[in-house]
Amino acid sequence: MTESITQTRLDNGLTVQLKEIHTAPIISHWVWYRVGSRDEVPGLTGISHWVEHMQFKGTPQFPSSILDRAISREGGIWNAFTYLDWTTYFETLPADKIDLALRLESDRMINSIYDPKEVESERTVIISEREGSENEPLFRLGEAVQQAAFGVHPYHHEIIGDKADLLKITRDDLFNHYRRCYVPANAILAIAGDFDTAVMLKRIEELYGGLPAGSPPSHTIQPEPPLPGEKRLEVNGPGETTYLQIGYRSPAADHPDFFALTVLDSLLTGPTSLNMFGGGGISNKTSRLYRALVERELAISVNGGIQATIDPYLYDMNITIHPRSTPEQVLAGIDEQIRNLQDNLVQTEEIQRAIKQARAMFAYGSENITNQGFWLGFADMFANYDWFASYVDHLSQVTPADIQRISQVYLTPENRVVGVYLPTGAETSEEDEEGEAA
Amino acid sequence: MKRTQLGATPAQWKTLPGPDDIYRTILPNGICLLVRSNFNSPSVVMSGYLACGSQLDPVEKLGLAHFTSVSLLRGTANRTFQQIFEALESAGASLGFSASVHSTPFGGRALAEDLPLLFTLLAEAVRQPVFPEDQVERLRGQILTSLAIRNQDTSERADLAFDEIVFANHPYGRPEDGHPETIQRITRDDLVAFHQQYYAPRGMVIVVVGAVSPEQVTEQAQQNLGDWQVLAPEPPVLPAILPLGESVRKHIFIPGKTQTDLVIGCLGPRRNAPEYLAASLGNNILGQFGMMGRIGEVVRERAGLAYHASTSLNSWITAGSWDVSAGVNPANLERAIQLIIEELRRFTREPVTLEELQDSQANFVGRLPLSLESNAGVANALLTLERFSLGLDYYREYPGRVQQVTPEAILEVARRYIDPDKLAIISAGPER
Repeated sequence: MTESITQTRLDNGLTVQLKEIHTAPIISHWVWYRVGSRDEVPGLTGISHWVEHMQFKGTPQFPSSILDRAISREGGIWNAFTYLDWTTYFETLPADKIDLALRLESDRMINSIYDPKEVESERTVIISEREGSENEPLFRLGEAVQQAAFGVHPYHHEIIGDKADLLKITRDDLFNHYRRCYVPANAILAIAGDFDTAVMLKRIEELYGGLPAGSPPSHTIQPEPPLPGEKRLEVNGPGETTYLQIGYRSPAADHPDFFALTVLDSLLTGPTSLNMFGGGGISNKTSRLYRALVERELAISVNGGIQATIDPYLYDMNITIHPRSTPEQVLAGIDEQIRNLQDNLVQTEEIQRAIKQARAMFAYGSENITNQGFWLGFADMFANYDWFASYVDHLSQVTPADIQRISQVYLTPENRVVGVYLPTGAETSEEDEEGEAA
Repeated sequence: MKRTQLGATPAQWKTLPGPDDIYRTILPNGICLLVRSNFNSPSVVMSGYLACGSQLDPVEKLGLAHFTSVSLLRGTANRTFQQIFEALESAGASLGFSASVHSTPFGGRALAEDLPLLFTLLAEAVRQPVFPEDQVERLRGQILTSLAIRNQDTSERADLAFDEIVFANHPYGRPEDGHPETIQRITRDDLVAFHQQYYAPRGMVIVVVGAVSPEQVTEQAQQNLGDWQVLAPEPPVLPAILPLGESVRKHIFIPGKTQTDLVIGCLGPRRNAPEYLAASLGNNILGQFGMMGRIGEVVRERAGLAYHASTSLNSWITAGSWDVSAGVNPANLERAIQLIIEELRRFTREPVTLEELQDSQANFVGRLPLSLESNAGVANALLTLERFSLGLDYYREYPGRVQQVTPEAILEVARRYIDPDKLAIISAGPER
């Protein structure tokens, strides 16, 4: 994490960050755009994610079938993700094949086609993606909590968008969103792996340097006022399992309190890993809430986490309720633990332990070059590379007094939405059907 | 050295694991150790298995092997549950057990300096678990809740019914984690007895990859497990598995859901069958290559029917299954089934094109370095070598073997296993 990187900016505004890693003949290439569901307005929710899908549909130079085939033939992996604040595309390839990634990403930054027929076919694919999620109780609960937690800020809606909007977004809506947001000045190129920086920079200049500059889209986003008080909501759906989700309004990633809340979360629900691509996390069986809830058989499982975002978002806890317990009992158990943090200083050793856990997880994750590429651009979406590079140092500076203050400021009932998924029953039946289907 | 080309030289095959850099030894009590050093990262991965699994479960106590395995770290002769996880989590380490049909797999990771901790806990867990009464009951509650969640999961329900039909009356057709009624029947004494009877060093495999030397690993293994002397009975002979005589259509009604999950398929080859590689390349063409192969092209790209539609070849010790799965809107279910069966028909009627085969061959060879970049990836690869007796030179010879597969070999294996008129067609979703 502490190795030096090369940072530069092309004349057209594209930020470039490079990190040489020579442990394996592999390179991971990432392009990040500062656009996500945060940049969407009512009526067009889900459009950023849909644009991400359309970016796989090809350009005149790289029709979709060719793209897919070319990367798969080299044994590479590629994918894309849309999040609250950003959209990102990556390719991880054998080092000698990486030119393909540079050519295709520089090309689709400006030349994607958006064929109306492809738009229609993708509409049903995305609705199907949403419907698959709707099968999951935790998706439905999470969506309801998110909606309740934000009134005016676009963090109000799910990244995939509202179904009503998915039914009516047009080809031109998508194309305009693409042309407006996919400009060099709104993007970061991050490459990690087995290359020579000088040679790579030259090739980047050749392929990306000629793209027209454009200006990053500007828009004003309404700041979300504080919650008027604790909000509680219920979601009903099939099943026999009750879930509890609590979302506390949390600070933005670049706020000084963010790291203290990260340590606090580590103590309460166990450490959160930043390893998106291998390396994994570690269990949370000694965390305070596991002991208080799972060990006392009030809950089956507990987890939590804070998201690094541009604007204040949510620190959330997800609890699967024990069949012999109730959401009220669990909430009382959580509040007791929070009160404990508010009233008493934690031991320094507890914080030290959280630091060691974070260090260990970075060691595991750093074996995958794709993680390294991800880390190289990720923090620029809400802060800057230094946020990531000094992540563990920031955690190390957190004191017991910080933890106490943070728990008093953020973990209050007035600052939270409490959502409960109440199951309506689990009757299912199996039927053998006559005859053949085809 | 000044480089002029963009990336490094072509992936060097000598970095693939082979007989000269995989250390393999068998301890006197039968434990097999596999080690590959990697000093690029300060961590170690440990994985492996014991040779007992759910095939030993009495049918009325299905889930016994699994229940036993997840109880191991709930308390040992030397440590309580909280002490075990205090030691692990304080070190940023992890360790866990599960169960499959033939084995009890385990896996963990730690910073290299904490390898002794992993070995100590592994040894305590497999040799001296105490199955504390309260922990067993707590676990029972957790297992029952996970089964209740499984019961509502359209994809898992379709998969369960599929296995039950394709592997009728065979352990492959039964879920390792059991059913609520079988979990209720299992007593603490059952767990103790299962452990006493079946946990033994013979057939145990331990793989360690990371910043340690083979000597260090051998020493740790000897010290912690070298004096373990228990004999377990031979595993039972499994019944034969027969292909379906006709297509079977089954629907599982799960009210309140939005999407229907679909699984269509049949038996497939076992992992070390001679035709496995041809089946695997064929499977890649059928439903994996690029955006989910031919199935993805037809069901997702052209018809826009599903976000997910792909195939999988699941090959185990004595048999396997070959299936297509998709998540679709209930209104599109019949159309999706039709499109998929048409593709299966085409796959068994005409050979794949040379171009398709070459694409998948390049993909299989090209993705090796990526799948082996991390300690976990290498550990998984070594475990596969041992589990299926593939030989230490498997990965070095793999590119050559892949290149030898022909379109005719794929057609032959497709016809051998897939009969479009004899398929299990299972759906689970909100429509009646």
